Amino acid sequence: MTDLALFREETRDWLETNCPPEMKKPMTPHGMTWGGRNCKFSHPDQELWLKRLGEKGWTAPTWPKEYGGGGLNYDENKVLAEEMANLGTRMPLASFGLWMLGPALLEYASEEQKMEHIPKIIKGEVRWCQGYSEPGSGSDLASLKTKAVEDGENYIVNGQKVWTSYANECDMIFTLVRTGAQEPKHEGISFLLIDMDQPGVETKPIKLISGASPFCETFFTDAVVPKKNLVHKLNKGWDVAKNLLQHERKMLASMGLGGSKAAGKGKTGSGLATLSKKYVEVKKDKIVDEGLRQKIAKCDMNSHAFSLTLKRVSEEAKNSNNGPSAATSIFKLYGSEHNKQKYEIMLEAMGSQALGWDGGEFGPEELAITREWLRTKANSIEGGTSEVQLNVISKRVLDLPQ
Amino acid sequence: MSLVLSETASFLQDQTQRFAREKTPTSHFRSVRDSENPECFDREIWKQMAEQGLSGILIPEEYGGSNFGLSGIGVVLQELGRTLTPSPLFATAVLGASLISKLGTDEQKKKYLPEIANGNLTCCFAFEEGPRHNPKVSEVTAEKKGEKFLINGKKCFVVDGGFADLIIIAAKSSKGTSLFLAQKDSKGIKVKEAKMVDSRNSANILFTDLEINSENVLGEIDNAQDTIEEVLDIARAAISAEMLGGALEAFEITVNYLKEREQFGVKIGSFQALQHRAANMFTELELCKSCVLESLSCFEEKSNDVPRIVSLAKAKVGETFHLISNEGVQMHGGVGVTDEYDIGLYLKRARVAEQIFGNSEFHRNRYAELTGY
Repeated sequence: MTDLALFREETRDWLETNCPPEMKKPMTPHGMTWGGRNCKFSHPDQELWLKRLGEKGWTAPTWPKEYGGGGLNYDENKVLAEEMANLGTRMPLASFGLWMLGPALLEYASEEQKMEHIPKIIKGEVRWCQGYSEPGSGSDLASLKTKAVEDGENYIVNGQKVWTSYANECDMIFTLVRTGAQEPKHEGISFLLIDMDQPGVETKPIKLISGASPFCETFFTDAVVPKKNLVHKLNKGWDVAKNLLQHERKMLASMGLGGSKAAGKGKTGSGLATLSKKYVEVKKDKIVDEGLRQKIAKCDMNSHAFSLTLKRVSEEAKNSNNGPSAATSIFKLYGSEHNKQKYEIMLEAMGSQALGWDGGEFGPEELAITREWLRTKANSIEGGTSEVQLNVISKRVLDLPQ
Repeated sequence: MSLVLSETASFLQDQTQRFAREKTPTSHFRSVRDSENPECFDREIWKQMAEQGLSGILIPEEYGGSNFGLSGIGVVLQELGRTLTPSPLFATAVLGASLISKLGTDEQKKKYLPEIANGNLTCCFAFEEGPRHNPKVSEVTAEKKGEKFLINGKKCFVVDGGFADLIIIAAKSSKGTSLFLAQKDSKGIKVKEAKMVDSRNSANILFTDLEINSENVLGEIDNAQDTIEEVLDIARAAISAEMLGGALEAFEITVNYLKEREQFGVKIGSFQALQHRAANMFTELELCKSCVLESLSCFEEKSNDVPRIVSLAKAKVGETFHLISNEGVQMHGGVGVTDEYDIGLYLKRARVAEQIFGNSEFHRNRYAELTGY
């Protein structure tokens, strides 16, 4: 038996023994574990599952063991993901620390900073949010004005961040702050880790068109940040920010692997078609409205093609060993635009039944679709608008003139 | 499933890329087109392609081929698609070689496959019966008369039908669909050249009491439909690869033009209105690459999802080549509609290739059916 086959067997055994029963059931709307000092679990099995995986380092399977990670290589990590998918286990931890901050810290932080923050991210003990955008700095992020001024052993931070996801539930925030001149704008920015549990930091949820408030405004008023929380060099925070973005895309690429598996397995059916069939005329299993049927097929094909592309790019990255290719810049663009289209088709199929706001005349699934449709409108704005992505592809990939 | 090229496929791709650049750049296509050669391809070039083994990629080694498989011929077609190289490769080495390999008797294989592999024999598949693809044969009939069959009816838009030595005919027989082999100069065959917009060879073929002996029946009588569907999928994956090559080249030509052409004192590629459209096309191309790779490799991996994956590739590449050829002409401005510039040649090829064995709408419909709606 090869080492990898042996690893697969051991992994399967371990998962079967250690995954609590509730965590083998499909995810529920409030069943996601986000971790943190004030973490609330909707079921005790969530806590157990996080604890067991966290101790093994398998919430961050490829991170180095010395900081509490799983230390797995590419192939082992793939095996783990496949075995978790086969067993139908839930994701143990959703976390911006795992997806964004951690990988950037591994590359840019000091040894001391890594030892302090990374194990807590892996175990889900600290919940992080991202403090990038400001009221006047959206697409033009580098024009940001939140200021950090040296004061003895500390920085004193003043300013405002916006669109801070879940800031009201988070423990720490990783921020871009201005420590140098406003111009040239990229060169006066530093990457600072700020504890939110202090009087100088306030958050205020923003009510969205969907009725939910996943985003906040975050205000810094003479917030105190020890100098040891500066990551990388002073005024070199933009390097960290760019690197972090790369990891965001890499994360997206690996998350797509599950989807391609489903799409590649024979007659798996189509979620979009199954939903639509409840609302439109169907004859012999076929959606009668040919216009709608073609739209659904086009959308399903785009999903299929997109997951194949995520898989291809991840295979290419493995073979070339130099990280995600230039093609990764398409993921943000395509993924968010595609998701918006998918919800528009759902609305088209469901008609007015998809346009309810509240009350018993609409099913919970229908109401959720309405809210989620509104939520998708932010997909192509957050994390860099589609237009910014198109600019990036034009300039960095196609090398079109400025 | 692997979405990365094998070593063999990479080798074939490099070899064909060099060949296409040196021997068959678009100027070669133009010279064949303008020479009024009714065959629409250059026999000397075809001989060289056969010498490189390209015509034998889908043929087993015992019959003189290399058996490198669909991924192999796919990358070759992709590279030849970039330069619009006209050749019998698709109809002969994909359609002909696949049908005969799959259904031929030992004798038929011995007779035809080595001749295809060495480039001496060209084939065509007389299948379509109308201007839009239909995978069911109904117009052309085969009637049994003693030990022989009599073929009657008309086939349309037969790729390479104007010159192919061997015509493989799909006909409706008493209880199903059957395949027959006929030499082009047989009595009862009338070939009418259908001069297409892309200047490739295509013909309508009329059969009037064409007599077929029992040794020229390909496969079992009445029982060819499944193999036909299988080979249609092989051909769809192959033509998708060619279309991907064409789309990639048309896109690169266009982006290069955006970097050269100046108006208002600046390169037109600096205009965001053009940049964003180019970036969207690039994104669609990235998706097409994955679909084409998957569709070529799914046969070798014996996936049970072949028809759906092939329809995905043909539809996606069809849409994208359509988009890029239109946008390419528009972004070239006035010169885009002149014969002097290559971009218009890709527009013409895109439309013809889109129709071959089902356009995007056909394949979306098929994908929906296979997915259960």
